[in-house]
Amino acid sequence: MVAETPLLSVAGLTRYYGARVGCENVGFDLYEGEVLAVVGESGSGKSTLLSVLSTQLEPTGGSVQYRMRDGKMRDVFALGEAERRLLLRTDWGFVHQDASHGLRMSVSAGGNVGERLMAVGWRHYGNIRTEAGDWLKRVEIALDRMDDKPRQFSGGMRQRLQIARNLVTRPRLVFMDEPTGGLDVSVQARLLDLIRGLVADLGLAVVIVTHDLAVARLLSHRIMVMKGGTVIETGLTDQVLDDPREPYTQLLVSSVLQV
Amino acid sequence: MSTYNFAYLDEQTKRMIRRAILKAISIPGYQVPFASREMPMPYGWGTGGVQVTAAILGKQDVLKVIDQGADDTTNAVSIRKFFEKTAGVETTTHTAEATVIQTRHRIPEAALSEGQILVFQVPIPEPMRFLEPRETETRRMHALEEYGLMHVKLYEDIARHGHIATTYAYPVKVDGRYVMDPSPTPKFDNPRMDNCPALQLFGAGREKRIYAVPPYTSVKSLDFEDHPFERTRFSRPCALCAAEEVYLDEVVTDDRGGRMFVCSDTDNCENRRAAGHRGELLGETLVKQARDVRNGR
Amino acid sequence: MNSPAISVSGVAKQFVMHLQGGKTLNVVDNASFAVHGGECVVLGGPSGAGKSSILKMIYGNYRVDAGSITLAAHGHCTDIASALPREVLRLRQHTIGYVSQFLRVIPRISALDIVAEARRADGAEDEVARQDAKSLLARLNVPERLWGLAPATFSGGEQQRVNIARGFAASRPILLLDEPTASLDARNRAVVVELIRERKAEGVAILGIFHDEDVRDAVADRIVDVTTFAAQAA
Repeated sequence: MVAETPLLSVAGLTRYYGARVGCENVGFDLYEGEVLAVVGESGSGKSTLLSVLSTQLEPTGGSVQYRMRDGKMRDVFALGEAERRLLLRTDWGFVHQDASHGLRMSVSAGGNVGERLMAVGWRHYGNIRTEAGDWLKRVEIALDRMDDKPRQFSGGMRQRLQIARNLVTRPRLVFMDEPTGGLDVSVQARLLDLIRGLVADLGLAVVIVTHDLAVARLLSHRIMVMKGGTVIETGLTDQVLDDPREPYTQLLVSSVLQV
Repeated sequence: MSTYNFAYLDEQTKRMIRRAILKAISIPGYQVPFASREMPMPYGWGTGGVQVTAAILGKQDVLKVIDQGADDTTNAVSIRKFFEKTAGVETTTHTAEATVIQTRHRIPEAALSEGQILVFQVPIPEPMRFLEPRETETRRMHALEEYGLMHVKLYEDIARHGHIATTYAYPVKVDGRYVMDPSPTPKFDNPRMDNCPALQLFGAGREKRIYAVPPYTSVKSLDFEDHPFERTRFSRPCALCAAEEVYLDEVVTDDRGGRMFVCSDTDNCENRRAAGHRGELLGETLVKQARDVRNGR
Repeated sequence: MNSPAISVSGVAKQFVMHLQGGKTLNVVDNASFAVHGGECVVLGGPSGAGKSSILKMIYGNYRVDAGSITLAAHGHCTDIASALPREVLRLRQHTIGYVSQFLRVIPRISALDIVAEARRADGAEDEVARQDAKSLLARLNVPERLWGLAPATFSGGEQQRVNIARGFAASRPILLLDEPTASLDARNRAVVVELIRERKAEGVAILGIFHDEDVRDAVADRIVDVTTFAAQAA
């Protein structure tokens, strides 16, 4: 019955830093519209995993296959550099924890969102501006801030701008690295609400790294718990959080403070 | 005669620079790294241009040097004297007579011909430098023809000023492939680079890059469909020779706000005056001048 | 309907509490029963006997150590106990409705949106979904002034009614109810009984846990005593 091919297929993915394990033997399939949370504490390997998945780091072993727009599964590390960079700019998105890593701080908000469009050949100023404006509205940034620089934005606004910048080319897969890290609680709530809505509206597949189990529960369908570089438990998010099997998962879940 | 090698540089260095120039010519608009030498003038005074000129100069060449279009400014005079001393070549202020023209920030008004070489002095060769500070990244962008960022700069101009406000060092696409900084020449000069019969060479001494536009190569200024590239228009002709469609410099004449607009290209202006053209300041009444301007002449 | 909507067969589950030195807690052993479309089966037994756990296993929220839970709907049979995560998600989207004991509040989503979202999952248009959500909330006596607010600040009973509305908004062939009337007054308990009867008449298979005896008597066709599924040895 479930005959579709996955959007992202990962097998045996391993990355060493010399003798040290970054991540080891990670495998999973991700389908369109699915949100996969990768949780773990510092040093669990979740950030390494995200970096390798998004091709920012080369793996030591294993493979990452992605289903391109033409339907073919391709090994992303076998792509030519030009192709890979194009993928990162169009079909993929990456939301950094620190928005200033994912934005051009000296370029206006509109320019930040429009850049990807210009990179894929849009040459009509009016159209670029209109499209950028639409996306800013979608992430709840007032249009009169369109020509301001991100330096003048609050942390939450910068993060929303980063999201708009990534989504303007309608990617099918988005990587998120602790997108709500360091933000105030109310700002975080707003951002999570936004992400939740966009993921549902656009049918995005997302791999989100977070140490916050509440964020994982809110946003993700599936979850992978990492420790010491390996995946120690995986399954449906509510399953793993409500019925944790592994000792470490049980420890993690019981450690979460209740409000 | 002096104890310098011909044109100051040793022969090995000239060969190295010539190799770089050949590479540059075969890949129009591509920045070729070269081992820039210590020159007897500081960085920022045209060391790149001087090294290129020194590498290509021969005994029979006739050299013209201009700075902002003028032959008689300090920079132009110094460089001309430098080559007179170290190479002993003939120098001139007439564009038509020169075989090699070294320039800072302007292209001569007179049409160039095949067999002439124009050498530009370039401060920052990388057109994307101000938006992307990483050299590793800009090199990759050139290699992969990722030029979206260049349009971001123009977008920012329009967003901030309502029009593309870049008036000099206006980025161009060369031979349909590389995006290049034409050096800080006014954008007024950009169209002159397109399909030019002369060879255009660019030297950046401090940044250690050489690039080139071979003769008859397409050079297109970047723009948007709804904000096409526009040449700067001046509202009045030259006050000395009445030339229109030339680049004018603003000259302050007194400390009461008086100013005049005169040709930036001194050679061109002299030639026109020698041929009888007179501008507003040299005899034409103000009334006739105004009438001519209104009639669109 | 010949094959049962829910077939629980030989299901066993235990918790291993690693944080308590690996102590095992047996939940159920060799649980087997079936629920057909159009009937309401009630799980009976004292607290802690595993009633909620059984519901959660059928919903795919708890994992199963042994046995199978086959759900038959829309012409397909799936064993949710061994299904892939994607399949479970799909079942939850189209086949199983679930009213849990407590509403899990999501910040910033209003009560109306929570219920409308469930209705939209059926494929209903925005406006239709909102209308249906409003009538359901009204039926459950949730004051209109609360509809546009996020339920975080509601009373227990109000939250539970939003939860019920969400569970009943979408039409699913299987409905799981975990103590839906726990914090409700008599008037609202009656509304829930009505809703259950309506669903039964539509052929929905309902499996529920009801603490309240009156409600249980009003809706149950059969009672399954879960103590018969208790593990033999501790």
